[in-house]
Amino acid sequence: MSPEPRPARRVPLARHDTARRVTVTSPRTAAARRPRYPATREIDEQTHLGEVYMRSLLRTQFRLALFVCTVLACVVCGLPLLFLAIPELREADLLGIPLPWAVLAGLIYPAFVVGAWLYVRQAERNERHFADLVERP
Amino acid sequence: MSLTAVVVVVVAAVLIGAFGIRFSRTTSDFYVASRSVSPLWNASAIGGEYLSAASFLGVAGLILSFGADMLWLPVGWTGGYLVLLVLVSAPLRRSGAYTLPDFAEARLESMTVRRTASVLVVLIGWLYLMPQFQSAGLVLRTVTGAPVWVGGLLVAAVVAVNVLSGGMRSITFVQAFQYWLKLTALAVPLVFLLMAWRADGAPTVSAADAATWQVPLAGGKEYGLYSTYSLILATFLGTMGLPHVLVRFYTNPDGRAARRTTLVVLSLLGAFYLLPALYGWLGRMYVPDLVGTDAVVLTLPERMVGGTLGDLLTALVTAGAFAAFLSTSSGLTVSVAGVIAQDLLKGSVRSFRAATLMAVAVPLVLALWARALPVADVVGLAFAVAASSFCPLLVLGIWWRRLSTAGALAGLLVGGGLASAAVLATITGGPWDGLAGALLAQPAAWTVPIAFAVMVSVSFLTPHRVPAGVARTMVRLHTPEDLDLDRGDWRPRSS
Repeated sequence: MSPEPRPARRVPLARHDTARRVTVTSPRTAAARRPRYPATREIDEQTHLGEVYMRSLLRTQFRLALFVCTVLACVVCGLPLLFLAIPELREADLLGIPLPWAVLAGLIYPAFVVGAWLYVRQAERNERHFADLVERP
Repeated sequence: MSLTAVVVVVVAAVLIGAFGIRFSRTTSDFYVASRSVSPLWNASAIGGEYLSAASFLGVAGLILSFGADMLWLPVGWTGGYLVLLVLVSAPLRRSGAYTLPDFAEARLESMTVRRTASVLVVLIGWLYLMPQFQSAGLVLRTVTGAPVWVGGLLVAAVVAVNVLSGGMRSITFVQAFQYWLKLTALAVPLVFLLMAWRADGAPTVSAADAATWQVPLAGGKEYGLYSTYSLILATFLGTMGLPHVLVRFYTNPDGRAARRTTLVVLSLLGAFYLLPALYGWLGRMYVPDLVGTDAVVLTLPERMVGGTLGDLLTALVTAGAFAAFLSTSSGLTVSVAGVIAQDLLKGSVRSFRAATLMAVAVPLVLALWARALPVADVVGLAFAVAASSFCPLLVLGIWWRRLSTAGALAGLLVGGGLASAAVLATITGGPWDGLAGALLAQPAAWTVPIAFAVMVSVSFLTPHRVPAGVARTMVRLHTPEDLDLDRGDWRPRSS
């Protein structure tokens, strides 16, 4: 009884049968690299690898948060200094509105919303990456 | 007519609240509306809850009095949500805690830290409620001539009835309704005011005002730069420590929804805060006699438009002002009462009722006794206390594994204690002169760094008191809910 050729294996081709080819659908490389446990279990059991996964998530999210806060701090703390350092700015006009009023009572609000929207998008993207990483089959 | 408006708002608030009764059957329903509130409802409710008398009346009054430097106040009150969004919102929701003390307990596994947090929540809540009751009294006196205590008592009574009858679910409906009412009540009169201003030849502020009042850091106010920075710090970092704001985040279904809710909140607040600056600016030209009061928003329609239309518009802003008192006071009362019920009483629905009465009565008494300060100033002090205590606790608790129980406790006591002492000195004594006066009136710039420094350095000195379950807690705080992970078995005590 001759064994059926397994699809994952390369089938030795007979000379007279060159037309018959078998598609290699599942090279065994993935199976060979598969870890003993899924990453979620590494995290649950608090192994070193699990800790590495968690630290990477925390670091990515914290860097993002810190970046937003730094930009915010530069804008918000820079404005009083800017007004103090360059008195002409304080009395400048933007479309007939004094510049400090145009910025502080108007433009800064849409800027907050845009910044928040960009942050939410990136934070959710980071979480999807993390989910892909630990749930990879 | 304005009295009718007040009556309508009060009756509407009670009626809408009554719809919540049938929803609140279990204790868990009572506290957080069973977490079945959608993001837009939630965001409107946060907006409604957050925009207090300080935003509705106080900001315009302070801008009228002190000019461009006060524009930072609404900027900080909005920007605080951006800081909250990036540092706190999703992890806090994922912690599963109902209140700030819950979070302290979940993260630090210590009842002492929990109780300290409870005391601070109650302090901040009372400090925030007191000026709401005071301004309610002032508004009702402006409208009807009634003694000052009547307005405060009215608001306190309505809030108590509302919270007692429906719990959080009813409050969510009331709050969402109040945001839109407040926006309308400020925006519609403004359209008529601007039309009157155009008809008047579109004047600008006087030459003297254009040189000083309209220009930032030029008002000749002592230590103006220090005050500006301290105000910025308090408002940006204090928002995340306000108990009535945070309780709203627990009603989101998950961390992702909490972020999206915060984004909507930022848009709603941004839209609202475009308005008070215009009131302050118009007020500087048309009602310069109101410098140093909170009455500009209530007075402008009558002075600039007049007649029946003026009366109607005054009624509308009065309604908005009462909506502001009711919504903020309700939210604060729910969170203060929740904390008192859980941590000082037995945690049943009955003790929640007793706690509600305590939450309302103490600030009402304070409001009648304490020195009357501009409402936005007292609210600003509540922000300073929150920024010096809960901001370091939340930020370090969420992002820093090495925060120890001793460190958190020391930071809360030192930061919260110093800020509270400064607040007490400002409210009971004062106004103080010179550098000491500036430091006491705007304490955040020194108390916040001290609180952070104490929390970090004591944590470094006590590494053996880092909570044992910190790794599991970090998984709980930061991983998306749809991942199948072990998040520990901690549950808030009230569920």
